[in-house]
Amino acid sequence: MIEAILSALKTFISGFAALTIPNIVLIGVGCLLIFLAIKKGYEPLLLLPIGFGALLANLPLTGLTSEGGLLYFFYQTGIVTEIFPCLIFIGIGAMTDFGPLLANPKILLLGAAGQCGIFLTLGIALAIASLPFINFSQLDSVAVSIIGACDGPTSIFVASKYAPKMLGAVSVAAYSYMALVPLIQPPIMRALTTRKERVIKMEYPEKTVSKSAKILFPIIVTIVTCLIAPMGAPLMGMIMLGNLLKESGVVDRLTKSAENEITNVVTLLLGITIGSTMKGENFFQVRTAIVFVLGFIAICLDTVVGVLFGKLMCHLSKRKINPLIGAAGISAYPMAARVVQNEGRKYDTNNWLLMHSMGANTGGQIGSIMAAAIMISVIQGLGIV
Amino acid sequence: MDSFTFGVTMFIVGMGGTLLSLFFLSLIMGLIKIIFPYRESKEKGGKA
Repeated sequence: MIEAILSALKTFISGFAALTIPNIVLIGVGCLLIFLAIKKGYEPLLLLPIGFGALLANLPLTGLTSEGGLLYFFYQTGIVTEIFPCLIFIGIGAMTDFGPLLANPKILLLGAAGQCGIFLTLGIALAIASLPFINFSQLDSVAVSIIGACDGPTSIFVASKYAPKMLGAVSVAAYSYMALVPLIQPPIMRALTTRKERVIKMEYPEKTVSKSAKILFPIIVTIVTCLIAPMGAPLMGMIMLGNLLKESGVVDRLTKSAENEITNVVTLLLGITIGSTMKGENFFQVRTAIVFVLGFIAICLDTVVGVLFGKLMCHLSKRKINPLIGAAGISAYPMAARVVQNEGRKYDTNNWLLMHSMGANTGGQIGSIMAAAIMISVIQGLGIV
Repeated sequence: MDSFTFGVTMFIVGMGGTLLSLFFLSLIMGLIKIIFPYRESKEKGGKA
């Protein structure tokens, strides 16, 4: 009788007994992410569920992440099948206005330059991977370098494809650095530009894009990009579908659903599932530190190349383009565009760069998906997977 | 494939491909703007 009571009571402490130090630290990390989301407002829509997912995944004996568990189910259904990032893109497309980009199409080139960090970081990651004491494969390097896309869903899409064990670290690094764009970019922008360049005013001809052009844009972009890099069709197709819903003006209900219900539900499930991949035994590895360091380098390199390309365009256009907008050629929308606007106004309060930087920023969104799509296609073409 | 070859291939094809694709897209976008120019009366719902 007493033995039965004692063994029954043991079940209450079995959870405490099974806690490991990595579990405790990761629960702390989860709480830190929740704190950053609530107190500091850093990407709260994602960091909060990610933090809570990390917390849940590191509570022992819950069975949440083992086969048959709730978080395991979310992971298998949403991440392994790549459905979550694709659904998020429908919402992003429905919320994005490509008008500023269509008004000045050459700005799209800044969206390409802003992806250079991905490929430069890939080179650094491959150099690190060749070190004998580091267990880092070529595909791990690809997954890390994609943080340079500065785009959460794209990073998740690529990481889940090539390095599922690093998915948690890559996602958290991507979203954390996206939240830190206002801190990371300005010093680089100031270091690479002169005061004269920062005060260049850009003209913005109002109302230059017709409705027909806005409707044709997502259709043509889908056809062209999917023919060039078919492997990127899930991402590009979904973002352009979302945009077509918005621009068509005939499916208000679907547009609103894409912007709100779909995005909200998937963001919640995506966040908690990503968090659940941050398990103690997977997270505490040298490779996690490499992910965070290289992720930071990738975003810095994106900004450097973007601003330098902006300077080149400024020179070629005879100072009609403010090189600061090159920094917005990444996918962190609309954060990077606002950073450029704020930086420009620091030196001239009448300098309104927002519409131009929004154009470069939406170009960065297309650029990041295109870069990822080309990367995936090249990897397949080379027979690496 | 060794890492050096992979890295260089990826940089040339990947970055070059991204740049060229987006350049091509920007040309198409310019073309769409020419074919379908903005007309104030039409956009406001009136007769063109």
